Amino acid sequence: MTQEHVAAPEFDYGLFSYDSKEQMLDKSKEFWNPGKTQFWIDSGVPLVIDRREEYFIYDMSGKRLIDAHLNGGTYNLGHRNPEVVQAVTMAMQHFDIGNHHFPSLARTALAEALIKTAPAGLSKVIYGSGGGEAIDIALKTARHATQKRKIVSIIKAYHGHTGLAVGTGDDRFSKLFLSDRPEEFPHVPFNDLEAMEDALRGRDVAAVIMETIPATYGFPLPNPGYLEAVKVLCEKYDALYIADEVQTGLMRTGELWGITKHGITPDILVTGKGISGGLYPIAAVLATEKAAGWLNEDGFGHISTFGGAELGCIAALKTLEICSREETRSMVHYIADYVGKRLAEVQATYPDWFVGIRQNGVILGLEFAHPQGAKYVMRHLYENGVWAIFSTLDPRVLQYKPGILLKPEVAEEMLDRTELAIGKAYAEIRNERRS
Amino acid sequence: MSEMTYEPLMVEPAGVPRGRAMIERADWAARAYAKYDVATVNRIVDAAASALAARAQEFARDAVAETGFGVVEHKVLKNVACSTGIVDAYRGQDFVSPEIDDVNKIVAIPRPAGVVLALTPSTNPVATVSFKIILALMTRNAIIISPHPMAKKVCSAAAKAMAEAAVAAGAPDGIIQIVEDPSIPLINALMTDERTDVIVATGGSPVVRSAYRSGNPAIGVGPGNVPVLVDSTADIQKTAARIIESKAFDNSILCTNESVVIAEEAIADKLLSAFAREGAYVLKDEERDAIRNTVFPEGHFNIKMVGKDAVWIAEQAGLKVPAKTRVLVAPFDLVVPEEPFAHEKLCPVLGFVRVPTAERGIDIARAILRITGAGHSAAIHSANPDLIMKFSAAVPVLRVSVNVGNSLGASGIQTNLPTTMTIGTGFAGRSSVGENLQPKHLINYTRLAYNSDVREVMPAFAGLNPWVAPAGPVPAYPTASNDRNNAQVPAPIHREPISQDVAELRDEIRKLIVEELHALIKN
Repeated sequence: MTQEHVAAPEFDYGLFSYDSKEQMLDKSKEFWNPGKTQFWIDSGVPLVIDRREEYFIYDMSGKRLIDAHLNGGTYNLGHRNPEVVQAVTMAMQHFDIGNHHFPSLARTALAEALIKTAPAGLSKVIYGSGGGEAIDIALKTARHATQKRKIVSIIKAYHGHTGLAVGTGDDRFSKLFLSDRPEEFPHVPFNDLEAMEDALRGRDVAAVIMETIPATYGFPLPNPGYLEAVKVLCEKYDALYIADEVQTGLMRTGELWGITKHGITPDILVTGKGISGGLYPIAAVLATEKAAGWLNEDGFGHISTFGGAELGCIAALKTLEICSREETRSMVHYIADYVGKRLAEVQATYPDWFVGIRQNGVILGLEFAHPQGAKYVMRHLYENGVWAIFSTLDPRVLQYKPGILLKPEVAEEMLDRTELAIGKAYAEIRNERRS
Repeated sequence: MSEMTYEPLMVEPAGVPRGRAMIERADWAARAYAKYDVATVNRIVDAAASALAARAQEFARDAVAETGFGVVEHKVLKNVACSTGIVDAYRGQDFVSPEIDDVNKIVAIPRPAGVVLALTPSTNPVATVSFKIILALMTRNAIIISPHPMAKKVCSAAAKAMAEAAVAAGAPDGIIQIVEDPSIPLINALMTDERTDVIVATGGSPVVRSAYRSGNPAIGVGPGNVPVLVDSTADIQKTAARIIESKAFDNSILCTNESVVIAEEAIADKLLSAFAREGAYVLKDEERDAIRNTVFPEGHFNIKMVGKDAVWIAEQAGLKVPAKTRVLVAPFDLVVPEEPFAHEKLCPVLGFVRVPTAERGIDIARAILRITGAGHSAAIHSANPDLIMKFSAAVPVLRVSVNVGNSLGASGIQTNLPTTMTIGTGFAGRSSVGENLQPKHLINYTRLAYNSDVREVMPAFAGLNPWVAPAGPVPAYPTASNDRNNAQVPAPIHREPISQDVAELRDEIRKLIVEELHALIKN
């Protein structure tokens, strides 16, 4: 039988292939997620991430983007960080996901490393397979420890989409699935200590859960002293303080955990996203001895087949080591300093458009004077080779999250592109207003 | 267009990624430091130098303890010479501010190399570390030190002391870094990294050659093997004292130490007697052969002998020499490659050959340098300028010490050559640098040049300076943007110029060293 020569598909990925980007997008709508696929096409960001390395991602078209979104810090160390790739690849010669029933080599090693680098007082680690599960574990742990049910979070909080976590967040995601439970999950305004105290006064609250800087809300910064005061209120009313460090941990604020810049030792700390090294999903909950009592009472209380998968532990161990380096900390300080200064210069050029810079380390929220301002800037950034995302819960604000290992020349290029995009977005808005 | 690529799994030895992280940090630091003004740079240089000099004694002791090489007192001298000494030598010189040439209508703006990778030897560990750090700081470069593994502890301590002092004086964070656990793969990775702007290699030939092979700009220097001609016009007593003092200095660990004395027959015996009076022991034939077998077993230099004292070396050869012996003099006849004594000796064993005439001595000096040491240094003790000129022109070295010990003469400590721990051996010594390594070697200049037409007038550039003093710590601590007025911002850095206390301490140390040296010479 003779085989007709067929031209190789243009996009060949080994196990699968596509003839074109258009075909890929059609199939994405047909078989995967039509809503999401269409949303990005309509937003002027028809991105299908193909090649990826360092802080660069490439659309299927070949267009290169500097990644200043990092998927919430997942790619904190860059895409396919060679050290993490090497660690995981080597580990595959010996490890797999592991068996959650038994004591585990890699889980124990990672737990020890996490505790050694965590704020003092945290002493036990519980694993999840992702941030949402880890938040659920944190909330269940708090409920067990306090034998209370209520969880206080802030309005526009975002802690994930799993069973309990979704209750702490915006109604948009809970009501859709009939999962809102306002009686168990009171929400209070951010930076409002009176409202917080009112919520806690009844002594029926198991825990307050706070992102150290609320990411999806556009990184509004806690007022100086706010988090510290919330911690004091927690102590006063016998509630635990859960620090959600998924986006603020792993050196993004210039210290390994953002919460330590506030001098707070949380009862529970949650890490996810970046701890995976961007290569193998894992999340972790760190708890004090007092909070983690259920581990003695019923060690099988929370079961997760993939939680703390041993390959993920290896990725996390290497990630934690890289993040903890003296060199990394120093570089984050340089990057934060440089990016902050350059953005302040851009702001001086467009003072009535680029109205605010919220910054703590390499966590930045850029505020624009238009209800959907960040969507405009996002699109112009995309056109000019930078990927950064608007804040879902406050689209005036662009989330701008440079990598912690960013090289100076890439930082310079990123800012050159950003400056242009901000100017172009401004011009577009002005034209709209004129017409 | 997408393309699947399967890269083979590259397993990097531990430490290599960490080394790359150091380079990245240095890159940021270098960019920041390249914008500093001269006043701040001077303050940083002074602070780092003083921090080293203040602990010169401790580092000298620790270096001898860790490596087993050399003499503590001499290392103290070198440590001071290569820290505050270097700074004093270049005081008033400016490697930062633009230089204006109104006549030629050219303005030269110094431009630092960026990231300097310094490989330092075990023989002069702390002095070389300090020397290279000071040069880098003077020229606004970031520096990463890769010390010889035998001296890594003391070098780390010294580099860290200087780094802390530099940063406290306002230098960018990470401006001085040191590899704490050097390994061949790590050094290789650092040398070949494209972000390394220049390699300054001091050490054995393999290190220097691999620096040149790295593909990056490199300044590496070749080995020495110093011939010393003494003619009949020399002041024999002074010459003997100078040679023995120099040969005994730090147990001959400097690459500038004398290798073979070439004595004109007419004064040879007189010179040997004078050597003996200076604490040298002249070996008899059979003793000489025993030393040869011990220092060069199977014809190869025994590294156990590096920087050891003369009495110990004699003991290893089964010889008993007077306890105060500082140098073993080994007379031999023929300067040829198969004669071990004609090779470099980093220990206080001094070759000695007789020549019928001074002119014949020039040929012998050339023969020594044919074996090794071309481009490095030679010495001559003579009152005859004609001979000195002939010798210097004929012998393929780039510095000739005249009527002075070569150890401290060629390195500029006892001559007016630039003080250095790195002797450029030039083309003859397979190096890109022929001078003593000095600050200018770590910078380029951007020259802005006006139209030479006389009608095109260059305006006044005097007073224009692109460099500024940093406003606070570099980089600023990442305080939250809504909390920048808070008092909790890390305390501002103390920016006083070098304090009186430190200056006094430095004088005190200098006095001590001078006294120690005097005592040593008397003994």
